[in-house]
Amino acid sequence: MSSSLLNLDLPLIWAVIIAIAVLMYVMLDGFDLGVGILFPFAGSPAERDVMMNTVAPVWDGNETWLVLGGGGLFAAFPIAYAAILPALYIPILTMLLALILRGVAFEFRARARARGKRFWTGAFAGGSLVATLSQGLVLGGFIQGVTLRDARFVGGVFDWLTPYSVLVAVGLAAGYALLGACWLVWRTEDELHGRARRWAWKALGAVALLLAAVSVATLFVHPRIALRWGEANGHLDVMRFARLSPIPILGAAGLAIAALGLRRGSHGWPFAGALMVFLSGYLGLAVGFFPNIVPYSLTFRQAANADNALGLLLIGGAILLPAIIGYSLWVYWIFRGKVGADAGYH
Amino acid sequence: MHFDATLLSRLQFAFTIAFHIIFPSFTIGLASYLAVLEGLWLATKNEAFKILYLFWIKIFAISFGMGVVTGVVMSYEIGTNWSVYSAAAAPVIGPLLAFEVLAAFFLESSFLGVMLFGWKKVGPRLHFAASVLVALGTLTSAFWIVSANSWMQDPTGYVRLADGTLRATDWGQVIFSPTFPIRLTHMVLAAFLTTSLVVGAASAWRLLKDPEEEESYLTLKMAIGMFAIVAPLQILAGDASGKQVLHVQPAKLAAIEAFWDTKAGQAFHIVAWPDRTIAANRWEVSIPKLGSLITAGDPNAEIKGLKDFAPQDRPPVFLVFWAFRVMVGLGLAMAALGVWGGWLIWRGQLPQARWFLRSAVAMGPAGFVAVISGWIVAEVGRQPYVIYGVLRTADAVSPVTRAEVSVSLVAFMAIYALIFSVGVLYILRLIAEGPIAGAAAPTPMTPRPPGYALAAAPDEPGAAP
Repeated sequence: MSSSLLNLDLPLIWAVIIAIAVLMYVMLDGFDLGVGILFPFAGSPAERDVMMNTVAPVWDGNETWLVLGGGGLFAAFPIAYAAILPALYIPILTMLLALILRGVAFEFRARARARGKRFWTGAFAGGSLVATLSQGLVLGGFIQGVTLRDARFVGGVFDWLTPYSVLVAVGLAAGYALLGACWLVWRTEDELHGRARRWAWKALGAVALLLAAVSVATLFVHPRIALRWGEANGHLDVMRFARLSPIPILGAAGLAIAALGLRRGSHGWPFAGALMVFLSGYLGLAVGFFPNIVPYSLTFRQAANADNALGLLLIGGAILLPAIIGYSLWVYWIFRGKVGADAGYH
Repeated sequence: MHFDATLLSRLQFAFTIAFHIIFPSFTIGLASYLAVLEGLWLATKNEAFKILYLFWIKIFAISFGMGVVTGVVMSYEIGTNWSVYSAAAAPVIGPLLAFEVLAAFFLESSFLGVMLFGWKKVGPRLHFAASVLVALGTLTSAFWIVSANSWMQDPTGYVRLADGTLRATDWGQVIFSPTFPIRLTHMVLAAFLTTSLVVGAASAWRLLKDPEEEESYLTLKMAIGMFAIVAPLQILAGDASGKQVLHVQPAKLAAIEAFWDTKAGQAFHIVAWPDRTIAANRWEVSIPKLGSLITAGDPNAEIKGLKDFAPQDRPPVFLVFWAFRVMVGLGLAMAALGVWGGWLIWRGQLPQARWFLRSAVAMGPAGFVAVISGWIVAEVGRQPYVIYGVLRTADAVSPVTRAEVSVSLVAFMAIYALIFSVGVLYILRLIAEGPIAGAAAPTPMTPRPPGYALAAAPDEPGAAP
């Protein structure tokens, strides 16, 4: 295959592509799941319509990144795919079922009559929350590490369910709620805008607390990650920590930008700040794992597919990925600006 | 029957994929049909074609959306339930499945958007190009899925390394494995037939209500043309596929025909009750020598029976035998419907032929049943292997427990039953309203999102009286 001729480090390239796909998913679907989480707190059914309309044009594309993450992991790192998914069977399938319910709710809710409309409103809110909590449990279970023998999952059915993973799940729900609230601050007007601002304040407080709690818990529960960050037996390796310090600084800056933006009445900055917080959290975890793709025993090189398969894959990816990214930007451009009560996609 | 994690995982996969296949097998054909309708409108300037296009695109949007949400599940389920298979197969067919994901989503994302909401934003030619590209895209999707499946049925172009893992040695042979061309033909023709049966049933239903509706008369004639041409072609394609099975998977062929003993001049069993436990048919209604004639083209040909294979290497017979007969029976009924309809058109009696219209309505779901039956023949007939001759299904399953899979299976059944009934209800409501009602309703002027799969789905109840 051409890959060997070009001397590309194919496993590394694919690890980066998939890491970016997952990050894109978390940031993009994060805000529309967050809008779903905030759904029950809306002031009126009309406000709910507006909330849904702000994400209706883009949620579908946002979810594409999840499929890309799953399909890409299967094709590029099959051994990791085969190890992680059985380990997290229950939260992953729960997430998929919840995503189906909230996905069809977009159109079914608009088409339904009174009773059906209430049902699909509940399905959208409940589905968004359950999908988020499931993703948090997946993430928590992943950080805790997966028990493998010969690259096969040999742990228990509920290994993923611990106080730590529950803490991560609640933290992620707060994080998505923050993204959703800041998105609404950016994209709505009048009463809903004011309401979203208050939601954002509350979510920001929760995120600051939970982010600190998750960070501390991670260092205590997982000495391996603590070691990466320079902490061992109560001693801090200052140089090691200093090299990684831009990551927590980015997170703190994100929180500050969101808070300042909210205080000064900015529409766009809170959302930008919330995205920075997510980026910081993501990088922080990546630093804790790399080069493991399944913590803590399987590296991305061990899990990588055959070079000729990765090479063939890269040819397809090189053509289609830029097209997908270009399209996504185009959609966000078309649907820029405030969404009022009259936007009515339905 | 022992319900272990393997069997439950098989049931769950069978259920979720059978549910999923309903939507693509309809939308593959419908995408092409929409492109044809729009092309006819551009060529003839007959407004009826435009009305029909705008009507069927709404049904296309709902079906496509349900195909998407149920398709997302598939890309994770092979890992949650079939992790050993995933790790073993990915070096060879990983890229094929990834291309399907990338291509399907790329098309969903861009050209579908133009097709669904771009009616007023781009010129008619560009819009037509988008319709054609979406149709090509659905066919591309079918190409990669059937390619991966054909490789699993008859693996070629790979080696098994010393450590037991598989490696592709020739991508051409992997992608174009020997049974791929006929399987792809068979699948695409099935999708076309499925769509034309739904279009035919919807049109016949409208004509039963209002015999004067010209648009429905037009689409019924088009559907009958498809039955008359495609159904016989499909029977030929199916026969060619069967003859390949004889060479590639003789155990599957023996199960399809319920042949137990290897002998020359096998009888054809029209109906039978094959029973694995006694390795024989409890009873059968047969035509002598016809079995050998149909399967090998020679009434005296020797055909292998299931007893030639060790009991643990035999596929389930009852299900494969009967699924095959359901599929073939429906295929013959489709061809007959084409002949009957063609005769009525020729005699100019079509709109008044109420029994024909009722039959056409009754045959509406026949394509879906035939597709699922055919899929059972192909996949159950491949058992006990998941990759034929390479990996047994029992060895492919994830390390998951019976309890986990039981719970997820029940959850899938409940949620799919809910969204299926609601989705079908909305589609049937649309069909009951008919194409004219839809065209009379104000078309949404607000821009719908490109790539939003349900974007052209109907508006508030009452918007389309």
